[in-house]
Amino acid sequence: MEDTILKIDNLHVSFKTHNDGETKAVRGVSFELKKGETLAIVGESGSGKSVTAKSLMRLLPKQNSMIKDGQVFYEGKDLLKYSIKEMQKIRGSEISMVFQDPMTSLNPTMTIGKQIMEGLRKHQAFRKKELFKKAADLLELVGIPSPMERMKDYPHQFSGGMRQRVVIAMALACNPKVLLADEPTTALDVTIQAQILDLMKDLQKKTGTAIIIITHDLGVVASMAQRVAVMYAGEIIETGTVDEIFYEPKHPYTCGLLLSMPKLHAARSTKLIPIPGIPPDLGQLPEGCPFAARCPYVMKVCHSFSPSKTEVSETHSVSCWLEDERAPQVEWIDGAGGSIDERKRKVD
Amino acid sequence: MKGYFAKRLGYMLITLFVIVSITFFLMQLLPGTPFTDPEKLSEQQLELMNEKYGLNQPVAIQYVNYVRSLVTGDLGISYQYEGRSVNEILSERIGPSALIGFQALVFGALAGLALGIISALHHNSFLDYGSVTIAVLGMSIPSFVFAALMQYFIGVKLGWLPAALWQGYEYTIMPSLALSVTVIATVARFIRTEMLEVLGQDYILTARAKGISEKAVVFRHIVRNAIIPVVTMLGPLAVAIMTGTLVIEKIFSVPGLGEQFTKSVLVNDYSVIMGVTLMYSALFIGVVFIVDILYGVIDPRISIKGEHKL
Repeated sequence: MEDTILKIDNLHVSFKTHNDGETKAVRGVSFELKKGETLAIVGESGSGKSVTAKSLMRLLPKQNSMIKDGQVFYEGKDLLKYSIKEMQKIRGSEISMVFQDPMTSLNPTMTIGKQIMEGLRKHQAFRKKELFKKAADLLELVGIPSPMERMKDYPHQFSGGMRQRVVIAMALACNPKVLLADEPTTALDVTIQAQILDLMKDLQKKTGTAIIIITHDLGVVASMAQRVAVMYAGEIIETGTVDEIFYEPKHPYTCGLLLSMPKLHAARSTKLIPIPGIPPDLGQLPEGCPFAARCPYVMKVCHSFSPSKTEVSETHSVSCWLEDERAPQVEWIDGAGGSIDERKRKVD
Repeated sequence: MKGYFAKRLGYMLITLFVIVSITFFLMQLLPGTPFTDPEKLSEQQLELMNEKYGLNQPVAIQYVNYVRSLVTGDLGISYQYEGRSVNEILSERIGPSALIGFQALVFGALAGLALGIISALHHNSFLDYGSVTIAVLGMSIPSFVFAALMQYFIGVKLGWLPAALWQGYEYTIMPSLALSVTVIATVARFIRTEMLEVLGQDYILTARAKGISEKAVVFRHIVRNAIIPVVTMLGPLAVAIMTGTLVIEKIFSVPGLGEQFTKSVLVNDYSVIMGVTLMYSALFIGVVFIVDILYGVIDPRISIKGEHKL
């Protein structure tokens, strides 16, 4: 408990849909974040990564979303019980967030300087001059040349990569203990991606901020994170250290993700193996394991009962029936050349 | 910047000139003469009158003469009022019109803003439906209907405000209110739609994530951005008010430009019609110019120097 800064326990988030339906976007997510570490949450679009992050900040739209169950402990206190006023004190100063698209995440009618100073003014008592100085220092910290002059510029005068630097400067303005980065590099081109990731790593070293990085890019995971949580259909199906996830994946979905990722040193003829099918409709979830319909190793039990969490090691856990002692042993197909049919094994 | 202003000023003058020319010739097509009961005048009297006002000359010459005196700032003399110049009539009439028009615009914009903001912040609630209903009513019912209703209920039945005439500040309230109805409705609808759009933008999430208060989010981030397109609406709204004054001033007997205009059209008072038209056009062109400048001030992405910043 000592070094755990954020602990999410059994989080359930749902959205109301038009015809009084309910989309269960996050279904029983639990994880911990330790001080100063980087946790990556990976998964495809719609798997509940962003919703989880926004729930932590209580930033989901009030009108159509509800946190149905669960606790979010920040330094031992449950954030979900906080009032809006109390939450505002946490946002930006204790927990900050960086969003996906730097082109749209800055207010177009406010100068960069004002946008940075806004949070600073709220959370830290600074005089006007100090405020300006501090904001300019932040811009310098994230690598923006001649920060004093650029303070007076508007977002449209910055490039995408520069804007993301500004967004990161804003997020780090009050030395938060936790930084939620929601696909911070998805909207940027590859060279800028690398720069932004380096910047984040660099800043983490200086400030000791714990980072949750949300991404669907396994390359980002490998370069940034110590631990990984794989999300599918609103659940964390596997978590472990980066090595465990990359070299000893236990869940067929994790394995599929790895096989569908291009590798730099693989032979040219190596085919990428896609995961067939689409994720289930979160409004009408099938019984049993949500991945059953797409799983090459599916068993009868998968269609009827949800698998429970199995601890593979102290740091590695997975929710899959294959880990059950009654399940047959499965040989993982190696990346090269395996077709989907080959991957299917008679397991029933 | 200076070049921009000079260019705009040039365009404005050209526009005015075109308007003056078209109105001048259109007016010549109006049936009748500026004289009441011309059949009662003898031929000699008519000739004398035509001579006096220069109406016996060909239209082209009249036009040239008019433009020539216009350049010196002289709008001619009225046919209707013996010995009074149009400049004098206009300067007397502009005050009341400007006052009620200005009040209507300011009040209408502020009330519309308030209504629109409330509506958007309580999207799909009772408050929202209420203000949308008000806005739709305001858009669809002409202002003179409101004017007549107000006159009857507030002016006559309740006696809270004077029903008509122009004898003090309280006389300006009802005409201004009647004129502002369209403005309130238009601004409210616009602000509501724009705010709902802005509410879904990522930068609002960024602002909230900074932990600033909800009030700051609404005013510094949402309204500030939602207001931009509304500023463009100010031009057309000013026109709506100007055309509104034609009827409203008549209803409330306000001695303004609009009332004068309707009166002058009825008796073919050529020079006054020309003068009032010119006045209205100049006001409108001025408003459009101000709106363009405001646009540059309120939206940093637009540079009024005409350069494209990246």
